Amino acid sequence: MRRASIVAGEIDPATLINEVGSLRCGAISVFVGTVREVNEGRAVSGIEYSAYKSMASEELERILVEAEMRFGISGLVVEHRIGLLGLGDVSVVIAAAHAHRAPALDCTRYVIEEIKKRVPIWKKEHYVDGSREWVDPTRAAEATRT
Amino acid sequence: MSTVTVQLFASYADLLGAPTVDLPITPGTTVNDLLHSLRSLPGAASLPPAPRVAINRSFASADQLVSSSDEIALIPPVAGG
Repeated sequence: MRRASIVAGEIDPATLINEVGSLRCGAISVFVGTVREVNEGRAVSGIEYSAYKSMASEELERILVEAEMRFGISGLVVEHRIGLLGLGDVSVVIAAAHAHRAPALDCTRYVIEEIKKRVPIWKKEHYVDGSREWVDPTRAAEATRT
Repeated sequence: MSTVTVQLFASYADLLGAPTVDLPITPGTTVNDLLHSLRSLPGAASLPPAPRVAINRSFASADQLVSSSDEIALIPPVAGG
């Protein structure tokens, strides 16, 4: 089974774990993304997530199909939250079930890395000083290289 | 001449000051041609040289043809997770 959802409410990792689990699997790997208090040295008060919802759902689904085939996963669920999130809030959860741990772990890693490259979701960081800015990972990558 | 509506999101919607823009298309118009007409709009000068474009909710290549019934979107650098 697989499911990909863009949600507006809180994500409960336990729900996703229950969803993917079965007696056939000996491992469930779970990735949980949360809002942290500092980014690039600036104090963050929250993050506003927005999405091109229809495409984001379809792109998530495509990633899950790829991951299922690549890792032979029996259960794979992802939920990504949009809206204004506070510090510590859960922004994304990926749960992958497999008979063995290695494919389950590799699968969650694959899915989060692909989300970061391909899924049309954006975040506007709200800073403690009152300013707000769109996060552009391509600019951050350039800054790291130079 | 027919037009196509291009959806804008996040930083690109801020740059152009609107969530959508209508651009002219003729038979044979490609993604590249669309980006060329987009650049004449106020605020578009700050767009990157080759922004990503989606047609019908899938990423498109620069030489892909565009029709007036397509769902077109300009995709700023994504930052999910």
